[in-house]
Amino acid sequence: MKPAWLWSLPVLAAAGWASFAPIQRASREHVFEIPKGTYARRMAGDKVEILPSKITLTLGLDDVLLLRNLDDVPQVFGPTIMMPGQSFRLPFDRVSENQFTCTAHASGQMTVLVEAEPVWPWQKLRWRLRQWLEK
Amino acid sequence: MLTVMLLAAFAGAAEPPKLAAPPGDLFKAGTLSPVMPAPALELQGTDGKPIDLARYEGKVVLVAFGFSNCGEVCPITLATLAGARKKLAPAEAADVQVLYVTVDPERDTEAQMKRYLATFDPTFIGGVGTRAQIDAAQKNWGISSTKNVNADGSHTIGHSSSIYLIDRQGGLRAVMPYGHPSDDFVHDLKILLRGR
Repeated sequence: MKPAWLWSLPVLAAAGWASFAPIQRASREHVFEIPKGTYARRMAGDKVEILPSKITLTLGLDDVLLLRNLDDVPQVFGPTIMMPGQSFRLPFDRVSENQFTCTAHASGQMTVLVEAEPVWPWQKLRWRLRQWLEK
Repeated sequence: MLTVMLLAAFAGAAEPPKLAAPPGDLFKAGTLSPVMPAPALELQGTDGKPIDLARYEGKVVLVAFGFSNCGEVCPITLATLAGARKKLAPAEAADVQVLYVTVDPERDTEAQMKRYLATFDPTFIGGVGTRAQIDAAQKNWGISSTKNVNADGSHTIGHSSSIYLIDRQGGLRAVMPYGHPSDDFVHDLKILLRGR
């Protein structure tokens, strides 16, 4: 029978890797879609949240917000109106907290938090944990 | 085995982050795709002529909304846009038209708006009109504005503060959120000016 502490080794190894390994992503775009029927559902009194009320982006890794309006009506997202079938690609290049109007939200508001690129081990671990939890 | 599972769970894709286009061709502003014609603006211009976006076809047009009594956002936006035009070569600047549409039609007369804009750049054209015309323009462009009445009876207006970039063909290409420096506008204007 193995000693109990041996079971913690894989966890420590994974945490060590997650803290020190370089972060790599296939794309810098963080994609969200406003599904078809969103406006109709809202008009019917459905308060379902299509998009998260807060989106966290990270400079250098996923610092581009890509919104696709798949609904049948125009949707206002923050600075712009998106026609049906249109996409809006919004890059961020500084750490910031941005409040946007968003008609796809029941609250009408959306926050985009832009964080600095993780450099220190604990920052990388935290970033990976957040990505994992968002999956 | 547990280590492998944990690593797999944490790991992202194996490639470095990719961009959709070469960095030089990427806008600093948010971009719309597919590009659609800019919404209509049926207003009176402070140059004495009706505002019709078709009039500016062949030029790059920057459209923003605000009001002449604005104490915070509008002066910064207008100074930024004026600064951006100054950083362009004269031939480039001549192909850039700024349109500033009032959200305060009760106070922003044609003369008032013209005086106000001239303090930033005399080439800027203001868009004024009746309350109904301004409401229609705001609706078409997805612009929100809220009137806040002060204790002394005066009022101020909270409003959308983005700047809309229209290409030479009249397509609404990009939207620059408030707060970007003039260099970001210069960067994006040069991309649009190249597109003949």
